[in-house]
Amino acid sequence: MSDLTRRGFGRIAAGMAASSLAAPALAQSANPIRIGYSMSLSGGLAANGRSSVLAHKIWMEDTNARGGLLGRPVELVYYDDQSNPGNVPALYTKLIDVDKVDIVTSPYATAMIAPAMPVVMQHGMCFVTLFGAGVNEAFKYDRHFSMNVTGDNIKETYARGFLEVAYKMLPTPPRSIAILAVDNDFAQRAAESARYLSRQRGLRIAYDRSYPPTTVDFTPTLRAVQATRPDLFFIASYPPDSNGILRAASELRITAPIFGGGMVGPQIAAVQAQLGPILNNLVNWDVYSPEPTMKFPGVEAFHAKYRARAQEEQVDLLGNYLQPYAYAQMQVVEQALKRVGKIDQAALAADMHANEFRTIVGDIRFSALGEWAQDRNLIVQFQGIKDGDLEKYKQPGTKVILYPESLRSGTLRTPYGAPT
Amino acid sequence: MDPTLSLLLNGIVSGLLLGGLYAAAASGLAVSFGMLDIVNIAHPALMVAGAFLVVILGTWLGIDPLLAALLQAPLFYLLGVGIYVAYHHFFERRGDEALQGLAFFFGVMFIIEVGLVMAFGPEQRFLDPWYGFVTLRLGEIDLPLRMLVPALAALAAIGLLYLYLQRSFTGLAIAAVAQDPEALRLMAVNPVRIKRLAFGLSVALAAVAGGALVVVQPVEPSSGQIFIGRVFAICIMGGMASLLGTILAALAFGVVENVTATFYGPSWSPAVAFGWLLLVLAFRPQGLFGKAA
Repeated sequence: MSDLTRRGFGRIAAGMAASSLAAPALAQSANPIRIGYSMSLSGGLAANGRSSVLAHKIWMEDTNARGGLLGRPVELVYYDDQSNPGNVPALYTKLIDVDKVDIVTSPYATAMIAPAMPVVMQHGMCFVTLFGAGVNEAFKYDRHFSMNVTGDNIKETYARGFLEVAYKMLPTPPRSIAILAVDNDFAQRAAESARYLSRQRGLRIAYDRSYPPTTVDFTPTLRAVQATRPDLFFIASYPPDSNGILRAASELRITAPIFGGGMVGPQIAAVQAQLGPILNNLVNWDVYSPEPTMKFPGVEAFHAKYRARAQEEQVDLLGNYLQPYAYAQMQVVEQALKRVGKIDQAALAADMHANEFRTIVGDIRFSALGEWAQDRNLIVQFQGIKDGDLEKYKQPGTKVILYPESLRSGTLRTPYGAPT
Repeated sequence: MDPTLSLLLNGIVSGLLLGGLYAAAASGLAVSFGMLDIVNIAHPALMVAGAFLVVILGTWLGIDPLLAALLQAPLFYLLGVGIYVAYHHFFERRGDEALQGLAFFFGVMFIIEVGLVMAFGPEQRFLDPWYGFVTLRLGEIDLPLRMLVPALAALAAIGLLYLYLQRSFTGLAIAAVAQDPEALRLMAVNPVRIKRLAFGLSVALAAVAGGALVVVQPVEPSSGQIFIGRVFAICIMGGMASLLGTILAALAFGVVENVTATFYGPSWSPAVAFGWLLLVLAFRPQGLFGKAA
């Protein structure tokens, strides 16, 4: 029986190993600077993981075309973590101890970054992460730097823009809010922020519940939320939940002064293509929109290169979400290396703490915890959408920025659910 | 109408529609797991593979996803036959089907998921029929066609399968092979051939369920994972080899999930639904419609 067990699990292990080989490390060239990371190339996080790798490749090609870094070519070494946090520590141990990469960067998302932290800390590596939320709150590692707009204090900042828009732009101030969040770390932090800031403003919380990520049908939940008649719907969801929630809202003909919140999904091209006009007047958290106020140097060139290859690489066709941030993640590494002039993890961390970085997503400075010193949670509104054609998302005017004031490009249209 | 009553009625109706999708997903498993005793954990992954093919076929031919699902069903039947031949040759024939068979189907599931990512990318895929954004209103009851049409189509497909199993010689042989393969052999029927055919049918049903899934929601390569627990629970609750039991268990599962979500929040839905499964098993270990051993 024990033999059977070993053989059975051996087959499982063989299957898993085969998928790791699906994205083998790239071929080596002469004495390159090797940047290693794990990334979700399969599993639930693969959509963002794969498009991040394309952004990294574009950065690598740009950098090598300029002569590389410190006179050496740059090489990426990455493995598929299969969206499984359990795979991450072993992959980082391999990257550092076996592959002996010079620099490590992170996989995508909080759940995958956190398990890499102990390994990275043990080796004293400088670590620039991608779209983690509050990962370093517990570790307090002084060589951790986060490429994410959420900043140091998610609880006090994440939902601030959503409520500011409601209070400043609605004709009458809202009186109640409904909060619905998926059971995962990021969404729960988003919901906590909405809860905390709503209480601060004296807003009545009419509904406040979570849902499991395995939920298939959202109509009963949304109907229950609708029955409480909130002025504001704050929903913190992940794809494909966001899709199900918005379709259910459409089927139930839900209208509200403001509907949206912290939904992850409407930023993604495939969701925009499918939902079309259902997205109209949705007020949602975002990180990038091609509005004139966000034309940072280099971002248009990046998008031109990204979109030319997105179809062939089978990734998000627009790259309007985390993709420019993945490129900027590597720009931080690049600029620190150029200033330090050698691969010295302590010196790189000191440089990152001390200096500002000029990236395609704007100028960035890091806080003591390694988060953005100034948070930049965007609140955007989808406007004037008649179909699922994606061309309009490349132009200004479709995803209008309502918050922060410094990047604002339009005004609120209300209510959600009104016919266009 | 009283708001609470309206919520309850809508919860029940939407639960029945959701149950239709669950029935589609679980009916193939009722054949492979319930009748053939093959723990095909890859069944939801095969459904998702069917959904991807539906998107391609439907987009290419410009046809309804459910029609595309029917057209591709023979292809999946052959795929199912191929999978069973490999399973039988390497495991069942040697009597290694229990744990090693489970590992085999786990591997099949993994290969399908990674294969879909490599072939189509990890992005969501969708194919919306014309009725995908239409909702019928019966007083205060909402009937989104996105849920209603696939539920009806699934029930029709399961009804046809039921007739086939009840009325044809081969169908009766499939039922017989679940009970006593050796007795079937004595009647000059090759049980391996019957099981091959039945497994092919179960995978063809997964393909049809894939069509229903595409109408309900967009799909991505890992979409099958959220159905694994549910379809096995429904199959067991229904009484393993009982198609009628599977349908009723699926509908009940959907209603329990949605009514719980309406009144107690969606977080409680899986706990109540699976808790109900435990209750059923405590009082009727053979499932709602299963025959006691």
